[in-house]
Amino acid sequence: MMLVGLVLGASGVRAQDLTIEITKGVEGALPVAVVPFGVDGPIPQDLSAIVSADLQRSGRIDVVSSESYHDRPTDVSQVNFPEWRSRQVDNLVVGQVRTEADGRFTVQFQLVDVLQGTQTMGYTFNVGGDELRRLAHRISDLVYERLTGERGAFDTRIAYIKATGQPGSTSYTLVVADSDGDEPQVILRSTEPLMSPAWSPDGNRLAYVSFENRKPEIIVQDVFTGERSTVASYPGINGAPAWSPDGRKLALTLSKDGSPSIYVHDLGTGSLTRLTHGNAIDTEPAWWPDGRSIVFTSDRGGSPQLYRIDSNGGQPARQTFDGNYNARASISPDGEYVAMVHRSGNKFTISVMNAHTREARIITEGSLDESPSFAPNGRMIIYATSRGGRGVLKAVSVDGRVEQSLVSRDSDVRDPAWSPYMR
Amino acid sequence: MTKLLKLLSVTVLVAALAGCASTGEVGGSSDETTGAAPGAGASSYPYGRGGGVSGQAVTGGPEASVADRVVYFDFDSAEIRSDSLTVIEANARYLVANPASIAVLEGHSDERGTREYNIGLGERRAQAVQRAMVAYGVSPQQMRTVSYGEERPAVAGQDESSYEQNRRVEIAYSGNL
Repeated sequence: MMLVGLVLGASGVRAQDLTIEITKGVEGALPVAVVPFGVDGPIPQDLSAIVSADLQRSGRIDVVSSESYHDRPTDVSQVNFPEWRSRQVDNLVVGQVRTEADGRFTVQFQLVDVLQGTQTMGYTFNVGGDELRRLAHRISDLVYERLTGERGAFDTRIAYIKATGQPGSTSYTLVVADSDGDEPQVILRSTEPLMSPAWSPDGNRLAYVSFENRKPEIIVQDVFTGERSTVASYPGINGAPAWSPDGRKLALTLSKDGSPSIYVHDLGTGSLTRLTHGNAIDTEPAWWPDGRSIVFTSDRGGSPQLYRIDSNGGQPARQTFDGNYNARASISPDGEYVAMVHRSGNKFTISVMNAHTREARIITEGSLDESPSFAPNGRMIIYATSRGGRGVLKAVSVDGRVEQSLVSRDSDVRDPAWSPYMR
Repeated sequence: MTKLLKLLSVTVLVAALAGCASTGEVGGSSDETTGAAPGAGASSYPYGRGGGVSGQAVTGGPEASVADRVVYFDFDSAEIRSDSLTVIEANARYLVANPASIAVLEGHSDERGTREYNIGLGERRAQAVQRAMVAYGVSPQQMRTVSYGEERPAVAGQDESSYEQNRRVEIAYSGNL
């Protein structure tokens, strides 16, 4: 049995493993042109291309191609405003990259309001070559937030499980990639199943379930050093790890004392507290952002529904009453919404429930949708589904209006987890 | 319960009639050996309905085909179906006759629904088979359960027939792991 852990940041797979397809966009998107940045030599990353792709896939911005235009302003002082107004472009992103003597890069960009004829925003950064890609995503976030009023989630990562090969000879990998699927890096490889990756709130660790010892165990792995430690390996089920918002505890599912129940494991003291009891399947815990309660899936009422319990224990309160299958909650960082898997007829879909009004709305088509995970800006949800018999990932806006697919050429991808904001 | 006892008694009867070298008592209770371990060239078979996928007699144990070591389930259910009893009984007989042998009962579900909930369903199914094996006389020490949920399908399709084949418990022996 082969088990290989790799270190994030070391030589990873540079080739694009997941391709993005925009399947839905918003009408009335803001027209923005991203002009190729001025450079003084070969630069390891095409910053304007990354920014263009990010803004385009937000679905709220219509990126106008500037390829056919002769003028390439790299600074607001070089912008010919009447010319750009005639092209029906409202906003311009311009920039320049200067290579420094020490091999680092100074990057300046500006967001220009074409109609007003002024600079809206401008920043200068100094970064190493290996930080350029991330800088491009930060620029996308800055531009997106200024134009839409919403915080962007481009400078974030996703973790997911990739399964390659046929039943009986499947290999499993845990992958971390940019939120656009680019720069995937394998951080764990196994011949036994891997499941349920969960990011620590500081973005440094992933908890997950591994069957490498022929039974499910919960492992915590440092994403940057590759160091692993086994957190739970009790008899029976060890599953569904979920980090508390302060990063000190893991809620998890154990069946060592009977039926699968929710426990809380204190990572500092090692203590284990049982929260739920009874003969039902209780699993898939998710912490409320204030850390004071936990939502989980339970079939104690006959079929899976969401329940909420105080994180110190107590009486669970049922949260979902729509239909006979509601499971696998993901709670938005502001505590406003709960995303879940909802069965409608015989289709499994993603629905989003308003935490205050309890109104829920189905935002995907199904029929095998699962594993919803909120982006840290609370505006997008990544989830897993099936297309043409192949497991794929999709990102959808909370209102269901914007959607992209992330598809692997040769494997099933599943179990996505959107990272927190990276420090 | 009555059905199981009936099967057991009939099995004992058949063994006795077939003249197998048997040191067991006739008309047994549910937790005794129904006969000595099959000697070379002699194997007893349970009298029951059907038996295995091919309609041939079912034998349990590590040498048995996969078909003779799998129990299937209805959608959303962990109930042992009556057509699974021959498989369970045959494997129970092997374990009873080979007290040093360990079996791992691997529970599975089809892919519909959420992954961790399906881990719970797989465990329910494995535990149901374990209880049935205990009813046939197997010592709990000889068995352990593990659930793979939907993570290890037997077949890759997304139609009802594939789902049926994935809702299962596989009885695996050290030799099969």
